[in-house]
Amino acid sequence: MRQIILGIVAAVTTFINAGTVFAGPEAEVLHWWTSGGEARSAAALVAEFEANGGTWQDMPVAGGGGDAAMQALRARVLSGNAPTAAQIKGPSIQEWYSQGVLADLDDVAKAEGWDALLPESIANHMKCGGKYCAAPVNVHRVDWIWANADVLARAGLDMPTSWAEFNSAAKTLLGMGIIPLAHGGQAWQDATVFETVALGVGGPEFFHKAFVELDMTALGSDTMEAVFDQMRIMRSFVDPNFSGRDWNLATAMVINGEAAFQIMGDWAKGEFTAAGKSPGKDFLCASTPGAGYLYNVDSFAMFAVKGADKIAGQKLLAKLVVGESFQTVFNLNKGSIPARIGTPLDKFDYCARQSAYDMEVASGNGSLLPSYAHGMALRGAQAGAITDVVTNHFNSDMKSSDAVKALVAAVKDSL
Amino acid sequence: MVDNKGLVGSVRFVEYLVPRVQRLGIYLALVVFAAYYLMPLFVMLTTSLKSLDEIRTGSFISLPRDIDFSSWKIAWSEACTGVKCNGLKPYMLNSFLIAIPAVAISTMVGALNGYTLSHWKFKGANLIFGMMLFGCFVPFQVILLPMAIVLGKLGVAGSISGLVLVHVVYGLGFTTLFFRNYFVTVSNEITRAAKIDGAGFFRIFYSIFLPLSAPIFVVTIIWQFTQIWNDFLFGVSFSQAGTQPVTVALNNIVNSTTGVKQYNVDMAAAILAALPTLLVYILAGKYFIRGLTAGAVKG
Amino acid sequence: MFTRFEKQIPKIVLAPSFSAVLIFVYAFMAWTVYIAFTKSTIMPMYKLNGVLQFGRLSRSPRWETAIENLFIFGILFIAISTVLGLLLAILLDQRIRSEGALRSIFLYPMALSFIVTGTAWKWILNPGTGIEAFVRSWGFSSFKFDWLVNPDFAIYTIVIAGVWQSAGFVMALFLAGLRSVNQEIIYAAMVDGISTRRIYTKIILPSMAPVFMSAVIVLSHLAIKSFDLVVALTGGGPGYQTDLPATFMYAMAFSRGDLGQAAASATVMLMTVVAIIVPYLYSELRSKNG
Repeated sequence: MRQIILGIVAAVTTFINAGTVFAGPEAEVLHWWTSGGEARSAAALVAEFEANGGTWQDMPVAGGGGDAAMQALRARVLSGNAPTAAQIKGPSIQEWYSQGVLADLDDVAKAEGWDALLPESIANHMKCGGKYCAAPVNVHRVDWIWANADVLARAGLDMPTSWAEFNSAAKTLLGMGIIPLAHGGQAWQDATVFETVALGVGGPEFFHKAFVELDMTALGSDTMEAVFDQMRIMRSFVDPNFSGRDWNLATAMVINGEAAFQIMGDWAKGEFTAAGKSPGKDFLCASTPGAGYLYNVDSFAMFAVKGADKIAGQKLLAKLVVGESFQTVFNLNKGSIPARIGTPLDKFDYCARQSAYDMEVASGNGSLLPSYAHGMALRGAQAGAITDVVTNHFNSDMKSSDAVKALVAAVKDSL
Repeated sequence: MVDNKGLVGSVRFVEYLVPRVQRLGIYLALVVFAAYYLMPLFVMLTTSLKSLDEIRTGSFISLPRDIDFSSWKIAWSEACTGVKCNGLKPYMLNSFLIAIPAVAISTMVGALNGYTLSHWKFKGANLIFGMMLFGCFVPFQVILLPMAIVLGKLGVAGSISGLVLVHVVYGLGFTTLFFRNYFVTVSNEITRAAKIDGAGFFRIFYSIFLPLSAPIFVVTIIWQFTQIWNDFLFGVSFSQAGTQPVTVALNNIVNSTTGVKQYNVDMAAAILAALPTLLVYILAGKYFIRGLTAGAVKG
Repeated sequence: MFTRFEKQIPKIVLAPSFSAVLIFVYAFMAWTVYIAFTKSTIMPMYKLNGVLQFGRLSRSPRWETAIENLFIFGILFIAISTVLGLLLAILLDQRIRSEGALRSIFLYPMALSFIVTGTAWKWILNPGTGIEAFVRSWGFSSFKFDWLVNPDFAIYTIVIAGVWQSAGFVMALFLAGLRSVNQEIIYAAMVDGISTRRIYTKIILPSMAPVFMSAVIVLSHLAIKSFDLVVALTGGGPGYQTDLPATFMYAMAFSRGDLGQAAASATVMLMTVVAIIVPYLYSELRSKNG
């Protein structure tokens, strides 16, 4: 009798021990959230992940809005050692999927009901071949214009509702010795201003045709020439030292009253609040002149990895990223709005609430558009080709008609 | 009226003055150049000792009003390099673990290669040397991706040993060059005599060549240590969480794209990361020149 | 006297290094050249697709600027570093007091990587925060030094920072060369009454021809590889006016997921390197005895 019991105990023990090879969900995450503010926001996610039994292994690579991170990612994937999750957004997600290296998150998505929780256009970015392969973190609005309230009051100006209004306001400011537009001369910033101008001058349909469909007629049209004309005018509104300046230094110029306006995505709000300024009182936020909404959605794509720990880690990470608490905390800190529909916005300030409202409206009337400058609308090669022309035009005295010709040629060559 | 003594006197005065003016000119030129060279280091040091307000309001070249070492402490153990905010400290060990084996191996192999190529010539030796030398000139971005594939196949992707392998392979060209050009100046007679006496390949290396190669060892070690310690490209591509070298951490501190830029912390971090190489250069600089004089680079 | 095995030892010793070079240099270069003939985008693809990448490259205005810059930067960088290095070496060779300290001062930049020094140089050269602002604060309100932000002149700031980093090493090379010139010949010349300048130009400099070559080779290598320098100082800007082939290649490969273009530009870069290095290596290794 005793031997039988011992035998059973032994068998059961072995069975249990075999199961404990699984140590718990584990995730190695490649990202470029390396500044103090971002680190604090991401730390909230790490804390939640670990509270749920997970182990977070950090692989941060700063620089260039993700360039160095992408280099590291490519090397890792090629060597068969992909990280568990990586900060990838836009069409790149589908590009990586076409290489067959992404994992399938559909089970998590179904269990959590993502289809109902995410706006349709955003959900589509997260899907590969119809199944979810990435989890959205936030929605950044790109086409914002920020202003120093005090400077505008002194100049007797309101936030411009058309580009013509902007131009005349700028001339007034120049007369007062104030820099109208604080700008940082880096290719992506030039591209950001360009796309808001294109949206305002050409309208949502033109934007979609030119920068999402890459329709050659739209790219070579007179409207496009008008966009470049306006860019040439904008060039005269920036100070001579703008080249190479980082975007947050440009924001600082607006904060301290050296400059009046900055055209920058909603992450600029973080700089204002960090300097103790409040929206509506010290600084103003508004959509850049014109209709439409340009979005930039950060997301984590999950890679096909081996090992129960890592796969569990991916699923847990995906679940938590779209969860309400992370969506609230992270976006409060970053200046963006939650991707998750129905997240209570009572803690968010009026700029964020305005953005969320505008997004709903735009989604309804078809003017919710992906940003080309921030990698949501086009593949890297094509977006890069357009940006090359834009930044060259802005930094030289190229004629608008030549710029349009160069644009068409560059896009053709990049297809 | 020309006075004999006066003429001689003025000639003597010129004789006295001209070399001294020349000397003065030389010193002046050196001081000007030294200023050009020291300026960035001066800017970095003073900035690392200022507070952020002082940096914003003062000029880039002014001395700090109060010397403030807090940014150094932050850079070492509190700066955010990602989600973790532990400064540079955790990464320094990785850099040492990569650099020391890589320097040791590439130097020893280079020494043996250089010895072989200079005193044990065989048909095709020069071609082999030339082909190895050409490897010094390949831009690293070019070999990044194929290397990733190979490291993956070898199973060392993301590990310290993988990085050591990469640095050894790409250091071989230079180390072989340095040793070969140095050993070439040692007369062939010595080796011939030793061979006649019956000494073998390794015996000759050990008893004749090693003892006289101290200067070139120093040159090679300095060069290799600098290149490997300062490398960012390989370090960021072939490491993973837990094996990242200090250059990756430094990049994360300095190149964060959002948030207030803490210039003082950036500068302190940059100097901390560079301390090992700076120390190596300053302490061994003398031997560097001696090693070069002894023929490392002539032709 | 020697067994057949012993005769093979030299080859055995060299074999590991040589095979490593064959794989990690030549095979990899071949891989890159192969990829240049494909339509690779985000990851390598192995289906051959003709020379379309080279066609695209030749039509790219940005690549044209990058190649132009390589010549401007390359020639200026090599020439100025060589001249400055030689000048510093000659100055230091005059039996100066504190030669050791001065030598460390000129050499230390090579010990630092540009992630380290890039920000400092960016400040120094920026008109708003650096030299221009400083000189103006002394009252010279019309002083201008805005090369860094000027599309036509920015490339020259890269030369300034590049020379700073490398001239010290060249100086060390020349100093070693100067010191190893046969002293007896110099004394004989001085005794014969030949002027210092002629001693330099007719005796010392010609005997340093090999050192010149080494310096030029090392500098060309650095010029072609120049990457950290550009990224830290201008990021390739204003616009793309300070782009160099190395930064172009990096952008195509990693920011844009356009590996085919990156490989094509790398192939062109490699051909440039071959054109410079191979003739030198050939001439050097041919003239050696044995």
